[in-house]
Amino acid sequence: MNMQKRPDKQGLYDPAFEHDACGVGFVGDIKGRASHSIVEQARTVLINMTHRGAVGSEKNTGDGAGILTALPHAFLEKIMKRDFEVELPPRGQYAAGIVFLPKDFRERSTCKRIFENVVAEEGQRFLGWRPVPRDDRMIGPSAKAAEPNMEQAFIAATVEDPDDFDRKLFVIRKQASKRIRGESFDSKSLFYIASLSTRVLVYKGMLMPEQLFEYFTDLSDPDYETHVAMVHSRFSTNTFPSWDRAQPLRYMSHNGEINTLQGNVNKMYAREGTLESDRFGKDLQRAFPIIEPDSSDSGNFDNTLELLLLSGRELPEAVMMMVPEAWQKHRRMSEARRNVYEYMSCSMEPWDGPASISFTDGKVMGALLDRNGLRPSRYYVTDDDMVIMASEVGVLDIPPEKVRRKGRLRPGRMFLVDFEEGRIVDDDELKDSIAKKHPYGEWLEREGIRLEELPAAGEVDGRDEETVKERFRMFGYTEEHLNILLKPMAEEAKEPLGSMGNDAPLAILSQRPRLTYEYFKQLFAQVTNPPIDSIREDIIMSLSAYIGPQRNLLETTAAHCRRLKIDHPILTNEELARIRELDYRGWRSKVVDATYPVDDEDEDLQVALRRISKETEAAISEGYSLVVLSDRNAGPRRIPISALLAVGGVHHYLVRRAKRTQIGIVLETGEPREVHHFSALFAFGADAVNPYLAFEAMWHLRDEGAISAEVDEDHIVENYRKAIAKGMRKVFGKMGISTIDSYKGAQIFEIVGLAPNVVERCFAGTASRIAGAGFDVLDQEARERHRMAYPGRNIPIGYDSYNPGDYQWRTGGERHMWEPEAIASLQRAVRTDDAAMYRKFAEIENRRDKDQATIRGLLKFRTGDPIPIEQVEPAEEIMKRFATGAMSFGSISAEAHETLAVAMNRIGGKSNTGEGGERRERYKPLENGDSKRSAIKQIASGRFGATIEYLTESNEIQIKMAQGAKPGEGGELPGRKVFDVIADTRYSTPGVGLISPPPHHDIYSIEDLAQLIFDLKNANPTSRVSVKLVSEVGVGTIAAGVSKGHADHILISGQDGGTGASPLTGIKYAGVPWELGLAETHQTLVMNNLRSRVVVQTDGQIKTGRDVAIAALLGAEETGLATGPLISMGCIMMRVCHKNTCPVGVATQDAELRKKFMGKPEHVINYLRFVAEELREIMAELGFRTWKEMVGRVDMLEPDESVLHWKSQTIDLSNVLAPAVRGKGNTGVICCIPQEHGVDTVLDRRLISLAEAAMTTGEPVREDLDIHNTDRATGTMLSHEITRRLGFATLPDDLIHFKFSGSAGQSFGAWLAKGVALELEGDANDYVGKGLSGGMIAVYPPKGAGFVAEENIVIGNVALYGAISGKAFFRGQAAERFCVRNSGAHVVVEGVGDHGLEYMTGGRVVILGPTGRNFAAGMSGGIGYVWDPKDGLEALYNPELVELEQIDEEDEATILALVREHSELTGSTVASHVLSTWDERRAEFVRVISPKFRDVLQQTKTTRTPEAVHG
Amino acid sequence: MGKPTGFMEYKRVPGPEREERERTADFKEFHLHLDEHERQIQGARCMDCGVPFCQSDYGCPVDNLIPEWNDLVYRGHWDEAFRRLMKTNNFPEYTGRVCPAPCEHACVLAINEPAVTIKDNEAHIIDRAYDAGLMEPHPPETRTGKRVAIVGSGPAGLAAADQLNKAGHSVTVFERDDRIGGLLMYGIPNMKLSKELVERRNRLMADEGVEFRTGVWVGRDRDPEELVSTYDAVLLACGATSPRDLPVPGRELQGVHFAMEFLKANTKTLLDGRPNEAYIDAAGKDVIVIGGGDTGADCIGTAVRHGAKSIRNFELLPKPPAERDESMPWPTFAKVYKFDYSHAETAVVQGEDPRVYSVMTKKFLGNDGVEGVRTVQVKWEKAPGERPKPVEVPGTEQDWPADLVLLSMGFLGPEQQLPDTMALEKDARSNIAAEFEKHATSRENVFAAGDARRGQSLVVWAIKEGRTAAREIDRALMGSTVLT
Repeated sequence: MNMQKRPDKQGLYDPAFEHDACGVGFVGDIKGRASHSIVEQARTVLINMTHRGAVGSEKNTGDGAGILTALPHAFLEKIMKRDFEVELPPRGQYAAGIVFLPKDFRERSTCKRIFENVVAEEGQRFLGWRPVPRDDRMIGPSAKAAEPNMEQAFIAATVEDPDDFDRKLFVIRKQASKRIRGESFDSKSLFYIASLSTRVLVYKGMLMPEQLFEYFTDLSDPDYETHVAMVHSRFSTNTFPSWDRAQPLRYMSHNGEINTLQGNVNKMYAREGTLESDRFGKDLQRAFPIIEPDSSDSGNFDNTLELLLLSGRELPEAVMMMVPEAWQKHRRMSEARRNVYEYMSCSMEPWDGPASISFTDGKVMGALLDRNGLRPSRYYVTDDDMVIMASEVGVLDIPPEKVRRKGRLRPGRMFLVDFEEGRIVDDDELKDSIAKKHPYGEWLEREGIRLEELPAAGEVDGRDEETVKERFRMFGYTEEHLNILLKPMAEEAKEPLGSMGNDAPLAILSQRPRLTYEYFKQLFAQVTNPPIDSIREDIIMSLSAYIGPQRNLLETTAAHCRRLKIDHPILTNEELARIRELDYRGWRSKVVDATYPVDDEDEDLQVALRRISKETEAAISEGYSLVVLSDRNAGPRRIPISALLAVGGVHHYLVRRAKRTQIGIVLETGEPREVHHFSALFAFGADAVNPYLAFEAMWHLRDEGAISAEVDEDHIVENYRKAIAKGMRKVFGKMGISTIDSYKGAQIFEIVGLAPNVVERCFAGTASRIAGAGFDVLDQEARERHRMAYPGRNIPIGYDSYNPGDYQWRTGGERHMWEPEAIASLQRAVRTDDAAMYRKFAEIENRRDKDQATIRGLLKFRTGDPIPIEQVEPAEEIMKRFATGAMSFGSISAEAHETLAVAMNRIGGKSNTGEGGERRERYKPLENGDSKRSAIKQIASGRFGATIEYLTESNEIQIKMAQGAKPGEGGELPGRKVFDVIADTRYSTPGVGLISPPPHHDIYSIEDLAQLIFDLKNANPTSRVSVKLVSEVGVGTIAAGVSKGHADHILISGQDGGTGASPLTGIKYAGVPWELGLAETHQTLVMNNLRSRVVVQTDGQIKTGRDVAIAALLGAEETGLATGPLISMGCIMMRVCHKNTCPVGVATQDAELRKKFMGKPEHVINYLRFVAEELREIMAELGFRTWKEMVGRVDMLEPDESVLHWKSQTIDLSNVLAPAVRGKGNTGVICCIPQEHGVDTVLDRRLISLAEAAMTTGEPVREDLDIHNTDRATGTMLSHEITRRLGFATLPDDLIHFKFSGSAGQSFGAWLAKGVALELEGDANDYVGKGLSGGMIAVYPPKGAGFVAEENIVIGNVALYGAISGKAFFRGQAAERFCVRNSGAHVVVEGVGDHGLEYMTGGRVVILGPTGRNFAAGMSGGIGYVWDPKDGLEALYNPELVELEQIDEEDEATILALVREHSELTGSTVASHVLSTWDERRAEFVRVISPKFRDVLQQTKTTRTPEAVHG
Repeated sequence: MGKPTGFMEYKRVPGPEREERERTADFKEFHLHLDEHERQIQGARCMDCGVPFCQSDYGCPVDNLIPEWNDLVYRGHWDEAFRRLMKTNNFPEYTGRVCPAPCEHACVLAINEPAVTIKDNEAHIIDRAYDAGLMEPHPPETRTGKRVAIVGSGPAGLAAADQLNKAGHSVTVFERDDRIGGLLMYGIPNMKLSKELVERRNRLMADEGVEFRTGVWVGRDRDPEELVSTYDAVLLACGATSPRDLPVPGRELQGVHFAMEFLKANTKTLLDGRPNEAYIDAAGKDVIVIGGGDTGADCIGTAVRHGAKSIRNFELLPKPPAERDESMPWPTFAKVYKFDYSHAETAVVQGEDPRVYSVMTKKFLGNDGVEGVRTVQVKWEKAPGERPKPVEVPGTEQDWPADLVLLSMGFLGPEQQLPDTMALEKDARSNIAAEFEKHATSRENVFAAGDARRGQSLVVWAIKEGRTAAREIDRALMGSTVLT
């Protein structure tokens, strides 16, 4: 493979999926004094964050590093004069920038000539080129192979105003890039302008942090002086050449992801139609497209930011506009500030996603976090006016007495240094000044239009009960839609739950007509980006939005907010009627008929789509503000255009013509009914939707008595809108998106089974990798539904209840892989060890006809060179590669869970605990030699029962990033299901509900995952660490990142895997089949030369030897099976796991039902042996002796044309079957090289030897040591060692005591075992004390610190996440998400950031200081004691689960004891103040507790303290 | 749907029946209905399975939407339950009484608990619908102008007629007997399936426009070729009425009859209100019924009502086990020892169960009239790879007194005359050859369904066949179909 440039799309790999994350930092002199030492300090900062970046398969090739400084005028002046005899104009009158150029001399000359020409055309004076001095001796071969030539360009201004000059430079850059990329020579893509500015200069490349400063020798010149330096170290998910993708960009560095990118980019294209700027004048057109093709999300962000900036906005204002705070539900935000945000929302949607953005134009330097604060950013301000900010603290040694302030960035808040004014500008001051620029509130009041102020409509289209059943059929309504989906939404305002996996065919494989939505699969965040808990973190979510025409983005006028505000995107019939009849303050709407005739050959689906697009376009020129695409005319003579095709078609038509922002699109449609449908409609451009038939359906159900008559018609609509809204927020949350404004048009879907021309026309930019149905097929599907609706015949009774059985199996309905015959045959086979019966089962599953449900069903084996079966490795070897799925004890019964474990241990495979811990008794082998210990210990977001012992008792630790049945979603175990033994295993309280958050709160990005892998490797160095991903587009790239993060093992789960409970939307519509994900993963890992470092496993409805064979050929070394083993133990696919009523005792905790369990380990073993034997037969046939030989041999597979039907014949599997492209040299295609985890030299190795005496003789150990931010997971390996040697919780408290000085790295004291105490004088980064397993941690500032401890931050984000027991004391404040999911730790802290005590289930937390927003969200157990003298908590806490109460005597004792300990250990002055004035303070303490927990506490008080059992 | 915990809270309550002594005094139905509320509770036991085996191939042949209507029963939505039931089953009042209910054998609850009372629930739904006036005639609003002839008015022919009529075709049913219904009319005795129900149904169909021609024996009274040329399609649903004989010495003796002769004459007498020359009276006789199936049981029940002196029932097979064993795991049909209505009755009336297992009839004894039956005991032996075979046990011969012997050993297939006349292809078992779910015979526009196509089977299978044949005929006539 040619590694000189980034590979283009090949196979399933697409460079567009690349993700990155990073460490960012900057150093600045507030007073604007330039010095070379700032460059030196920036260097230290960067190098100390090396662990946040990544290297690929070569140790000396980094993912990218860079530095942005002020333009070093003196240095450049000197150099240019000395070396080129060029006299530079004075500062500000010339620009310089590094240009990446081709290595080939002729090509390089061409580039330079074009560049010079453009400069001349734009009327500026080209001064000359300077080859950038570089020393490339240390860089790795891949980096070297792709290394561009670099020259610095110098341009002198011919215009006076420096801002005008910057605009000219902008146009020059755009023009030059556009022209050169349009040229035909080979390495044109190497051309890239890193920066071109009068104020700043960027040096960057595909380098490692320490290489950056050696490579660019300029940076070492003592004359190179700057007052500001921003550095960036990149962690990319792949290893491909990325010189240009290194950061900083021209004005900013970005750490995070833009989830809504596709929508933002499309809207930016669309806006070009209305962009105008006095400042640019005609130049603006030459700068189009604003968004540069082939750049990263950060690049696109930078492009837009730059435009806003150059067209006259201040940098902070532009950033505010693109990354607004969560203003909608912010109760304490000032009116003025809310107004400016609301005003901005009329012109620009948020660029949403986790982000830490640092920016500078040389005049100011600033940084901010996304609205939810999902990236860390810490800063110091010193007494000599220096400011240092970075992703971590401790990256630069600053003597404690010099530190004036230690802070962190907070969600949505901006940190800004104004160099011209020489001061830090406070967030409030800054935003208030921006808010005062214009009378935004007045403008909104005067110009904004609210839906409710529109005149009421004369006539509202309501119900037509006569024809409703016909229309049900026309729009594809089934009995299941009515009863399973709509009924619960109407009655309970909630989306229904389901369980087990999806075993029905993909839409494109189904022979019956499917709705367009069913070809779409929701994307979700995993690893590179956290999903959001849309319920518990509702404060950041919003569904209200302005719709209708937008004006010129580059102006600020009152008219910009003349838009229609709708609070709920689902419109009632009444609201829709108002819009249809709209004629108000110059606003009018046009109704466009989105139906087409049944029997007119001249207007088919495609023609109709064109017609509605053109009619909408015409509406714009006719001055309409809104278009209503309506399918109300559908009926006997007219077919509805699928609303999704209609909206996508019109939206993209208008985007292509740069007109989309000039009109709002409203849908009046009978088609959508469930959450997924609406999510798709908004994702592809709808502004509002009126689902009239869904309303009618529920009213109809009410008339029929299916829905309780107590819920009246309006109430039904309200409940339904609530349920849909909640579900949609969940869908947004899965991808980490918070507002409908940014979700709209963001296309967060992958298409499975639509033809390229359909995608191009209606859904452009959406991933669609196996082609599929064209317009003809979609038309045919619509016609078939129409024929069913209007057969023109007499119909028999019952014809109108249509139930093809999508959710539950129905005879003659949709195919399900787990059909009765299959289940019955398998159970017979395993119970009587009957191979013939297994064969019958396998024949059903593997059958080769047109009724295929899966992608693998479309494949067949090529003819190989058969070998005798005796030569194939035995089943015993094969079975070692099998694992069972992650099913928690809690979702399945103890009997079922233990049977699986015993079975897998007998055959050397692996069973999986699932989330929820494991009973300790199971670690002891049984007398007969069996073991109930699960080899795989899962680490999920709830961290239930994840103690140091649990991790120590593992052979594999599986980090569950997502689950096939509900990727991107959390989970909830309601209190009634938390039985004693479950609570005991999970270290929680019986009867108190438990919540698993959607994200792991210690994984918001790829480098966080690398950190967790590192932590777990410390927690058990002999266990392999696995990362479980779910198949979706781009999963291969994520897997590459995971491999670079040093995982030993990657599991690619299919979307169809099982679950104990999930909303039905998740089960059906999120994620894609494993075949796609596995093939993409294998291809991408091989291309990146990373495949050799990881074992790849796949799972998701794998049932037979044939399935396993295909998995191996597509690249898997191991497979997981879950439903098959469950069926073998007696499961009969009731799909009621979530109801606790499993009638065969498999998925229930009910004592009576559990007695009915009849599974035996032998059954599971028989099944797996049958699978292995079937596999052996296939292997013999294909000529493979071992599984190893099969891995990745896609050449042995080909499409099976005999099984294709009218729909499936449109599929193209060539990308799935594309061979993996090997890189240069010896690329392994199977795991053969162990990862280097870097745990051999950790500080803990020393701690272990120091603690030897304590472990062997029980003597106390006391030591003082230094610590640095690069010392991560301190205390963890020691805890493992203690547990491994002595067992869990056997040492007396404080037996081993280490006192550290300095800044501790991440995960300080993670899983710290009982008996160990860590004392830290200094400060610490994120994840302090996570998983705390009985140890003690105390952190306090250095004795001579020049700041007030309690006003400053002492530890980072997400401290004590999943802590089990133990104590912690922090003198100073903690950052965001303190004590998330604490199970039992007792803690004192002097202030916390947002989301404190979230999801807490146990423990006691005393907070002697401020709390942030959303305090105690989802907190079901434990108690928080907040010292709240100013009664601020009332406005900050989340009242969903907890109440604020006065403390009682028992509380008082608890608080006093903890505060005394805090005072003694940390010397806290706050503590001593509280103690000494306790009589006055007492009344100022508030108890935060969930009433449910309080009740349980009361009940058990006489017997035991709930958490005390675990000591 | 349903009540998730219903199966844990409620016990199975089988449908009540009239007391044995009382009911054997007449030929009225022995079924009674549960109180409506009690029936709803039985509906609540349905678990709303993700994979409802009750409607799988192991379960209900007509694919009754069992979980759906069980739920509707539970919620008391009887009218909708009725519509959902009628969607798949034309004659639930028949299957709700006479079906051996494979659905209940395949019921998921039956893995470890007594099954849901699916059959009784079905009967309740339809009976209630009649009572509520829902079974009024609804003739099709439009007619297609296509004409279909159906030969045979058993459940297959009637189901097809009903379906085709509802689809708007004009249907004529030809029946050689004097009454419409085939086995429903003359095969199943009145106490099990009241003929009032059959006649009520036949009237309803006639009112909806189905034309019935009784007393017309196609192939004898009427040339089948004429039907083929006159009608757009012809469906042969003439049953598998050739009984299996027992060619042992003495077979020719008087008093040895095929079961159907006995049952038909009995019902005809009952309906006509006067005896006919074929009537066979079991009163005061020693009756031996050979063959242990449903027909055998009906013979026993009829003989009991006649006032037989003694009744014995011989079965060649061994006594089935009391519970499922490895040979018949759930969800297959459990051939376990069961107590049918007439066994219960005989046990009460004559004090012992009439059934004798593992006996083979060697000879009928007697001169003109039969006086006894000689049997021998058999044991079943199985060679590997072969089907089990009965082997006589030496020295176990036994003579039984008998003056009426009824042969109920099943049917061999359709009578051959009609298919032969029409020159239709046949399968290896002498049935009319036509593919299941397609029903087309070797002749164009001639279809076959029911026992005539598949051989002796259940009423519910006949309904299924009639429906699918109707669907295929509709498709053939119209190019597409509205039938399922």
